[in-house]
Amino acid sequence: MRLLSSSVSITRYKVKGKIQGSLIRTIMDGLKKNSITEIDNQPMGKAAGWTSFDNPYLPDFETSSCVIGAHFVFSLRIDKKNIPPKTIKKYYTVEMAKRLAESGREYFSRNEKSQIKEYVVNALSLSIPATPNIYDIIWNYDGSSLWFFSNQKAANEDLETLFSKSFGLTLIRLFPYTMADLASGITDKERDLLSTISPTKFMD
Amino acid sequence: MLDVSIAYNRYKFLGHEFLTWLWFIMDVDPACILKAESDMVSLEVDNRIVLENSFDNRIENIRIKGDEAGFEEAKLSLQKGGVVTELNFSLKTGDHEWKFNIKGESLNISSLKSPETGKIEKKEDIEGAVLEKIYLYEKVVLLVENLYKQFITIRVSSKWKNETIPLIKKWIKS
Repeated sequence: MRLLSSSVSITRYKVKGKIQGSLIRTIMDGLKKNSITEIDNQPMGKAAGWTSFDNPYLPDFETSSCVIGAHFVFSLRIDKKNIPPKTIKKYYTVEMAKRLAESGREYFSRNEKSQIKEYVVNALSLSIPATPNIYDIIWNYDGSSLWFFSNQKAANEDLETLFSKSFGLTLIRLFPYTMADLASGITDKERDLLSTISPTKFMD
Repeated sequence: MLDVSIAYNRYKFLGHEFLTWLWFIMDVDPACILKAESDMVSLEVDNRIVLENSFDNRIENIRIKGDEAGFEEAKLSLQKGGVVTELNFSLKTGDHEWKFNIKGESLNISSLKSPETGKIEKKEDIEGAVLEKIYLYEKVVLLVENLYKQFITIRVSSKWKNETIPLIKKWIKS
């Protein structure tokens, strides 16, 4: 989801750890090394990588900056090939019939069927272009906070994995417990109480 | 700290209690809410409430939606032991209005509509537009964080049991 849209969703993170050495160079290197790779004309079904906020279909971290004000602004792009199950079924059935005829056999084992299906999916993946999804990111490095413009579980998981791989830092998603523990300024004594509390019954 | 996925499921009730408390505070003591954001004029439930009621090992979800919706049924659900799981808010400061949704279990912000910003006519306008949007989104993010801080401070104190719960019970019955 794009941050300049008229309606947005935000998942908030706390960034654990600090970058050693040159901040901007380290971040730009992490973005470059893990930028999105095109999977059109490739057998892969999915790819996730960083892309430029202002030019997401032609990422260029060499010449464009990802610094806006005090923030790093870039995007996560997830390309996925969605092959309709009915299309897979059609080509699988055709391929099965062809191979049975060629081999003169009456049936294939489960393992052979699975290999045929894999072959069909790979062949279809080569001819189907990937659908790109772009999710913007605002990283306030000094404030150790990051906003991810999506609430989708799978996209959030891809972000967490790629972020750790790219920058060696951990993203902690802020939800009721982590917000209470990390972002509410509670004392150690209150933290101990937090770990023992149970749900309130508002009505008897 | 606890494992994240365990903590998410074990403590999602805190998010539900937060939204229930927030609705109660907005209804009975709106001035208390205004302390959380210096130039806020009002924070109100907008047009959507989702509640969850569990009984006999079953979970019942109640959704109340609509610009003219009354929230009597939502109150009725609270009387039956329900909690608020999702709230849609309207935040006003001066001439500006934000609308957004908060889901209790994650405290994620969704469907956030901020006041209108200037149009982007050329590439050079993007940087300014991003900074303006960050400023506008920050209003909501900080508000939610400040309100949650207020809630957690009360929630882990004796005030929750001795003062807040009796007041919420009275409000639910009213």
